Amino acid sequence: MARRAGGGNDIQWCFSQVKGAVDDDVAEADIISTVEFNHSGELLATGDKGGRVVIFQQEQENKIQSHSRGEYNVYSTFQSHEPEFDYLKSLEIEEKINKIRWLPQKNAAQFLLSTNDKTIKLWKISERDKRPEGYNLKEEDGRYRDPTTVTTLRVPVFRPMDLMVEASPRRIFANAHTYHINSISINSDYETYLSADDLRINLWHLEITDRSFNIVDIKPANMEELTEVITAAEFHPNSCNTFVYSSSKGTIRLCDMRASALCDRHSKLFEEPEDPSNRSFFSEIISSISDVKFSHSGRYMMTRDYLSVKIWDLNMENRPVETYQVHEYLRSKLCSLYENDCIFDKFECCWNGSDSVVMTGSYNNFFRMFDRNTKRDITLEASRENNKPRTVLKPRKVCASGKRKKDEISVDSLDFNKKILHTAWHPKENIIAVATTNNLYIFQDKVN
Amino acid sequence: MSAEIPEAASAEEQKEMEDKVTSPEKAEEAKLKARYPHLGQKPGGSDFLRKRLQKGQKYFDSGDYNMAKAKMKNKQLPAAAPDKTEVTGDHIPTPQDLPQRKPSLVASKLAG
Repeated sequence: MARRAGGGNDIQWCFSQVKGAVDDDVAEADIISTVEFNHSGELLATGDKGGRVVIFQQEQENKIQSHSRGEYNVYSTFQSHEPEFDYLKSLEIEEKINKIRWLPQKNAAQFLLSTNDKTIKLWKISERDKRPEGYNLKEEDGRYRDPTTVTTLRVPVFRPMDLMVEASPRRIFANAHTYHINSISINSDYETYLSADDLRINLWHLEITDRSFNIVDIKPANMEELTEVITAAEFHPNSCNTFVYSSSKGTIRLCDMRASALCDRHSKLFEEPEDPSNRSFFSEIISSISDVKFSHSGRYMMTRDYLSVKIWDLNMENRPVETYQVHEYLRSKLCSLYENDCIFDKFECCWNGSDSVVMTGSYNNFFRMFDRNTKRDITLEASRENNKPRTVLKPRKVCASGKRKKDEISVDSLDFNKKILHTAWHPKENIIAVATTNNLYIFQDKVN
Repeated sequence: MSAEIPEAASAEEQKEMEDKVTSPEKAEEAKLKARYPHLGQKPGGSDFLRKRLQKGQKYFDSGDYNMAKAKMKNKQLPAAAPDKTEVTGDHIPTPQDLPQRKPSLVASKLAG
C-alpha cells in the first residue's frame, strides 16, 4: 500500500465522519477533553467532561471498494470517572477526563489509562463472542434447577453469541496527587508510567497501586515564592530512563532517572532566549507551554505555546530548530483574549506517523498543519458544512488586517468559543481525528 | 562626546515610538493597563498560578453554617444572590448553594 509520504499540502484532506450531537446547545458533560489513537490506529478513544470514555473501532478495509479506508464505529463506551468531593480540603474533584493513553497490545484485550484531576485508572477492554451453554444445574436464563429433576448429565459447550465489548477497571491509582493531574505517559518499558500535576511528577508501576515514587518536586518551601508550574510531561519513546516536562514559563526540562532518584536537577534545559525589550505583561502567559510531544523517532520534541508550535532537537538546548506561527494575528488581540480568558486555553499538538507534518488546533474550529519538509502550511476547518464524504476540504485563510479578500475571514469575525484543543493523527495512515467542543471529526486523505 | 548625548536621546525616543508602532503586544499591554490600572505588578506570575492551583475549591464550613443558624433563629441566613456562581467568604453558604454533583447517567452523544 504505497501511501504518499506527503506533506500537509500534498495531501488533499477529505471529510470522512463526524460524531456527536448536531444541536448548538452543548451540555457541559459532552465537551470533549481528550482524543487518542491506540498504537495500531485501529482504535480511537475520546474522553469528555462528564467522565465518559467512548472508543471507536476502525472497520476492516473492504478490499474491493477501496475508495475510502474503514470507518470508525462505536466499539465501547463507559463511565470512567465520577465527580467527587474531598471533604477534608473542601475541594470539588471534577470527573473530566484529562488524558487517555493506550498501552501497547499484549494479548486479546486492550488496555488504556484514563485520568481526571486526581485519580488514574487502568481499564481493560475485552471482547466476548462466545458463551457457555448447557449447564446441568442452571437454566439458560440463570435460574437454578432443582437437582432432583436432573436425570442426565451433559458437558456445557461454548456457543457463539453477539459480540459484547466489556470495559472493567483493573487498577485504580489514587491519592498520589495534591494538585491537578495534567499528564500521564507510559514508559517504553511498558511496565511503568508517569503522572504529572502542577508541581510534582510521580512514577508508578502498572501492577502496583498502593505506592508511587515522586521523581520531580518543584513545590517551593514557601508558596509565596511560586513562580512556575508543570504544564505537561512525557516519557521518551525509546529511552526508558528519559522524560521531559514543560513549564508555564516556556521552558522544557529533560531528566534522566539514572542520575538520581529525585530528578529535581534537569539534565537538559530547553529555553529560547527572549529579547527583554520585547517583554510585555503577556509575555509569560503566552510563552506557557500547553503541550509537549516527542517525535516518533525520539530525536525531536514539539511544544505548543499560545501562538506557536516549536520543534526542538534534543541535542540543542538554546533554541528550537523550527518555529511555526499558528495564529500570529492574535497578538494584536491579546487584551481581549486576556479578558475573556481565552489566553489561558491549552492547545495540544501532534505529529504524523513519519514525523514530517505537525498539527494543532486554533479558534473558529480551524486547525493547522505544518509540513516540516516543504515548509508549507495549511488551515482547515472542522464544520458540518463540508460533511459530504470524500468532499475535499477547502483551505481557509484569516485576514489579519486591511482589505479582506473574498473567502477570507477577518480576525474580528472569528468565533473564540469554537476552539479545537484536541487533535490526533493515526500512527500509520493519513487519518486525523479533530475534536471541536462537542463533536469529533474524522478526516482522511483522498484515495484515488 | 556631547554631540552623542542628544543623538542617544532621540534614538531612545525613536525606539519608544517604534515600539508602539511595531509591537502589537505592547500596544495591547497599554490597553489592558488603561482598563485595569491596579493590575498586579508581577506580569503573569503568582496570581494566575495560585488561581490555577486552587481550582475546585468550594467553601462550605458546616461549623460556621450551624453556628449561624443557631444564632439567627428566626431570621433568614444571608444567602447567596441567585446570580452568584462563586461561593465566597462574604456570606454563609447553604447546602442549596453548592451545586449538586452527580455522575452523568446519560450516555455520551458521541456514541449515539
